[in-house]
Amino acid sequence: MEGKKAGAKRGPAVAQGARRGFLRGAFGSLMALGFWALGGAGLLWTAAVGRFLVPNAPAGPPTRFRAGVPGDYPRGHVETRFQARFGVWVVHGTHRGRDQIFALRSVCTHLGCITLWQEREGRFVCPCHGSSFDRQGIHREGPAPRPLERCAIAVAEDGQLEIDLARTFQEELGQWEDPASFVEV
Amino acid sequence: MGLGRRIGESQLWRSIFRHGPPRDRRNRVAAVLTNLVLHVHPVAVQKNALRPSFTWYMGTIAFYLFLVEVVTGVLLMFYYRPTLELAYQDMLDLRHVVSFGVLREIHRWGAHAMVIVVMLHMYRVFLTGSYKPPREFNWIVGVMLLVLTLLLSFTGYLLPADQLALWAVTVGSNMAASAPLVGAEGPGHQLLTFGEAEMITPTSDARYLLLGARTVGEETLNRFYVLHCVALPLLAALLISLHFWRIRKDGGLAAPRPAEEEEA
Repeated sequence: MEGKKAGAKRGPAVAQGARRGFLRGAFGSLMALGFWALGGAGLLWTAAVGRFLVPNAPAGPPTRFRAGVPGDYPRGHVETRFQARFGVWVVHGTHRGRDQIFALRSVCTHLGCITLWQEREGRFVCPCHGSSFDRQGIHREGPAPRPLERCAIAVAEDGQLEIDLARTFQEELGQWEDPASFVEV
Repeated sequence: MGLGRRIGESQLWRSIFRHGPPRDRRNRVAAVLTNLVLHVHPVAVQKNALRPSFTWYMGTIAFYLFLVEVVTGVLLMFYYRPTLELAYQDMLDLRHVVSFGVLREIHRWGAHAMVIVVMLHMYRVFLTGSYKPPREFNWIVGVMLLVLTLLLSFTGYLLPADQLALWAVTVGSNMAASAPLVGAEGPGHQLLTFGEAEMITPTSDARYLLLGARTVGEETLNRFYVLHCVALPLLAALLISLHFWRIRKDGGLAAPRPAEEEEA
């Protein structure tokens, strides 16, 4: 009984709805305007929450730092003191017969472990799968498929080496020829 | 209306909403009864019971504020770290560094407002006699919710971990030490002594349990954080549901007594 009644009542309601114009339906009543306001507030709220969740002050060390003057680096020297904080080895090595100071990322090119400098062997050795890289960063043993990456390095206006961790250079792409990847000495 | 109707009659829609559009009484009843959130409410209320001058809407506003506190509180948890070293700085960062960190202000003012509104709600229920049978148990649930509201405020007060918070909680928790029976400085704690063994000592009484230490410190901050963010809100949500459900079970919203005569 009740079901029939409900069905009978729905008929005229739908017909009335069909007759009502779209604009009247969307803006014609306080209720409709209220829903628009609610929707607008919801959108603004969602945008604000999205922005709130994006940190404004990223944690971690700065991406640029100074690493002393070129004179601090004798030929063949591998400087390890920046590794813990910034993740780079600063090396005075040679590339294609030229003397250069460059910054090698300590991340192994195999699966991303952190390599360790072994002074006695003159190699960066990865503890995970035994890859090793020579002083210049070229892969010599193990599964690593390519040399270590370089970070951008330049001489700043105060004469110090400035390293920019945000820019990297890959040997296999020929990017080690880029003057931003080394400082000539 | 073609699209709306097609959606409304699609299998997906009908599998979620078992009733038709709420245009008639039967479907309006079904809309409330078949909804997890709404079914806690009475299906129908007397128009008179909704008169603003009668209800002040304080219960609704208190619930709304609770929702505001839950939403803003969860968002604050994305930045706040509850350690003495970091908490204060994180709180300041919410104000000065984080975009829309005003959420922290909303959370704080919402908490203040909630205490006031809950008390006004209690006052209204008292003035309108809405605590009388058959609603006497719901009054008791309401008192528990009042206590929970105060405890939520109290535990939240420590979280900025500034001097104000530290000393407020020191004072507040000293009250626990003075509580009868369970406080080490309270009356009657000697009664809980078995032979030589005293049960209630400064390192086993209510205050110690609350602080997790003899004075307010790292342990206290962690305890209050967990109480504030997990334990108390869960309990409050449970009791709020019970509170609403009891309105329905106790015969709907209380209405002014002469309502029928006036309307007739």
